[in-house]
Amino acid sequence: MSDKYIKKATRHVNQNEDLIFERSSPGKKGYRLPPLDVPEVDYKQALGQAARADLGNMPEVSEMEIIRHFTRLSTWNYAIDLGMYPLGSCTMKYNARVNEVVARLQGLAEAHPWQPEKVSQGALRIMKILADCLLDITGMDAITLQPAAGAHGEMTGIMLIHALLKSKGNPRKKILIPDSAHGTNPATAAICGYAVENLKSNAQGMVDINALASQMNEDVAGLMLTNPNTLGIFEQEIHKIAAILHDKGGLLYMDGANMNALVGKTRPGDFGVDVMHLNLHKTFSTPHGGGGPGSGPVACKKALEPFLPKPVVMSKPDGTVGLDYDRPQSVGRVRMFFGNFGMHVRALAYIMANGPDGLRQTTEDAVLNANYIRKKLDGTYELPYKSASMHEVVFSDHLQSEKGVKTGDVAKRLIDYGFHPYTVSFPLVVHGALMIEPTESESLDELDLFIDAMQSIAREVNEDPELVKTAPHSTRVSRLDETAAARKPVLRWKP
Amino acid sequence: MRYLPKSPADRAHMLREIGYKSIDELFAPIPAEYRLTRDLKVPRQMAESEIIDFFRACAEDNASGYAVFLGAGAYHHYRPVVIDSLISRGEFLTAYTPYQPEISQGTLQAIFEFQTMICELTGMEVANASMYDGSTGSAEALMMAVRVTGRKGAVVARTVHPEYREVMLTYTQHQGLPITEFGYLENGRVDMADLEKKITADTACVMIQSPNFFGTIEDVAAVADLAHSKGALLVVSISEALSLGVVKPPTEADIVSMESQSFGVPLGFGGPYAGVMATKEKFVRQMPGRLVGETKDSNGKRGFVLTLSTREQHIRREKATSNICTNQALIATMATIYMTVYGREGIKELAQQNLAKATYAANEFAKKGKILFQGTPRFNEFVVQTKQDPHDINNRLLEKKTIGGYPLKRFYPELGNAALWCCTELNSKEQIDTAVQAVGQ
Ligand SMILES: Cc1ncc(COP(=O)(O)O)c(C=O)c1O
Repeated sequence: MSDKYIKKATRHVNQNEDLIFERSSPGKKGYRLPPLDVPEVDYKQALGQAARADLGNMPEVSEMEIIRHFTRLSTWNYAIDLGMYPLGSCTMKYNARVNEVVARLQGLAEAHPWQPEKVSQGALRIMKILADCLLDITGMDAITLQPAAGAHGEMTGIMLIHALLKSKGNPRKKILIPDSAHGTNPATAAICGYAVENLKSNAQGMVDINALASQMNEDVAGLMLTNPNTLGIFEQEIHKIAAILHDKGGLLYMDGANMNALVGKTRPGDFGVDVMHLNLHKTFSTPHGGGGPGSGPVACKKALEPFLPKPVVMSKPDGTVGLDYDRPQSVGRVRMFFGNFGMHVRALAYIMANGPDGLRQTTEDAVLNANYIRKKLDGTYELPYKSASMHEVVFSDHLQSEKGVKTGDVAKRLIDYGFHPYTVSFPLVVHGALMIEPTESESLDELDLFIDAMQSIAREVNEDPELVKTAPHSTRVSRLDETAAARKPVLRWKP
Repeated sequence: MRYLPKSPADRAHMLREIGYKSIDELFAPIPAEYRLTRDLKVPRQMAESEIIDFFRACAEDNASGYAVFLGAGAYHHYRPVVIDSLISRGEFLTAYTPYQPEISQGTLQAIFEFQTMICELTGMEVANASMYDGSTGSAEALMMAVRVTGRKGAVVARTVHPEYREVMLTYTQHQGLPITEFGYLENGRVDMADLEKKITADTACVMIQSPNFFGTIEDVAAVADLAHSKGALLVVSISEALSLGVVKPPTEADIVSMESQSFGVPLGFGGPYAGVMATKEKFVRQMPGRLVGETKDSNGKRGFVLTLSTREQHIRREKATSNICTNQALIATMATIYMTVYGREGIKELAQQNLAKATYAANEFAKKGKILFQGTPRFNEFVVQTKQDPHDINNRLLEKKTIGGYPLKRFYPELGNAALWCCTELNSKEQIDTAVQAVGQ
């Protein structure tokens, strides 16, 4: 292969490592327990028929091997700590280390969720302050921190809508969802018992107001809108959208996945949104951890407040913070205890590190970065929607597909250049989409390297399309056979 | 702002390149009347040291360094230090979902190991890459049973964690999936006669928890026989994963929904934890959540990928098995490291210590109060009934830096002054003796 255009990355050796089970042998140990200070109990006698014979193929390895095993595995991952991670609507930003330190303070990390309120004041105060910050950021009236991720927040929000409409006599049947929406939106509507009706976007990549007006009726509970949408475009007619819904008694749900474009610049509560979720694992910098954990607080307007999941964190007249369980109209509980509290700690630490000025600057830099990339790559890659971009930009592979090269191929070649791919083939409204969100965390140098890589790949598409179509060439494994994996699933190791 | 890698000159340069005069032009798409012209009402920008001071003060306002006798779905176990040193590696901590397998083999292999270990421990054939937690996992298990059987209701034991049951009700209320509860006997196990009455031809599944909320180990095989004889599935929920070190795995179940917090995940005031769902191979296509599978690359080399994704929302949208997307991958990785550290012998040894501590404690408490649900096997939790209100006992214990058992009145008023106590390897004999003394006062 040719490395001649690659500037950011150099190949280097990495270690092979078997599955942990293949390192195991009887008698090796990675632990030692302290001596027991109470009488021993023969578990087979105590449990009788309920006693277990043995633990099968669980591994037996030493501590040294454990450290090497997982360290070696870790080196096979790309990570935000290594470089730009331009996945669209995912907001892969810097995860500050102070967040990790404060989340591990003993009084927080070892707090039992059911310990008495009077010895949980510190944890409750963190939740209350975070809740208040998020309310001002969103312009909403009330909030729950209970949902564990974005999709879980969506479910909670749609349940609030259902509950409010039901209290007025009719929960209605349908939820409108734009064709550019993330898959969790329709999946959520279905879980909440709603039929999904697709809403087409217009030539500018925004909600088609006329289509909305004609589809909106007394059967429609609400619209799930991502704003900016997954094309990175701010829905400029948002006030009309809200008015059309409200006129017919519907509600406007906002998927807040893209709040990184808005924090400190505008507030959904001010532009007509009734209920929304935030992703603390996107906008508020809690680490993605290879797929989770997340946290998906849901903020809403006053009318929806009585239906929030219980308990709700509240200030008490005596100045302490408490949990309010007495909420007869609540939709119920969406998760045990209080949600992913560790993520609440980290998100508040992020807000404190930024302050109002830092949050505003963060948003401005995120939008600046996306527009810089757009400007530099427009023409090299087709820009299907010309509307202004906020924090992300979506190109298509139209120009490259003439050479038989698809968005997925360009993405794989980007790996050789030392970058994580952008989001491939989403949103569905763009055929062969390349969805790019740089976030504020990228320096001008890193952006220039990314742009340079994208331009080089476009050049390679013309000079040597096979090179791109067979990429990546520098990774420890080459393209994996996903079809075989799905046809005959091997989902666990067997001896 | 210290996280932002740009100088004023960089910003000016970039704006010039874009052809804009000011940052405000970038925000022109937002209608002027909705633009925020004031500062957000959030704390001012703070130094790292100030942030640490703030959270330290919060941490000190919480019980810190107390003896903990609370379990009830969240367990205080020792966490080997290698867990945090490994999961703090940026390559695990700051990676995204492994959609690009060529540069995500680390996460993928770790999750494949997690799935394997969960299968070994639960006796199931397949396990997924994680759910949000045990409570939401239980709700998803009910919904999965509905898909598998084509039936429409669930019969759930009252001895399933009360908050799991609340979550299940929330999830199922919009799906025409009625949940009926069935009771328990004086020995702490589920009431089979009541169950038999409540299963109908439309029951998709029976759900029990074992060890149940009272710490009693259920006769899983008997419940399975009854459920299966009526054409329903059996879902077994496990909230104390460490019990599997000594308790026979629920192999008779069709679906196991487990909370893996006990495996090296901090109590953390209730989260993040990691649920996991495990089942039989024949049901895998009805399973929610991500799955990692083994495959080969174009050179024939072993590698791992996310697989069977046609079940999931990003492909199937409203027809998906679940709306879950982000899961609890890092927490599953923590659990994997924990299970590796203790391994085949250590998980058993640790479970034996838990059993010994709880047995000693129950014997001591029996001198001062009444131990309920006698005669059936338990793991590390037991219920003590006292003359005094357990809240009063707990208030006294707080002065001794001890957090007492969970008063059961809120969810089980019929049990009177009863509390659920838990003893793990972290409760010393001395702590136990102190607690017992307070009960007797
Ligand atoms: C636009 C959008 N909506 C919803 C989600 C789902 O959020 P989560 O993965 O936290 O459940 C995502 C992220 O994956 C997203 O990009």
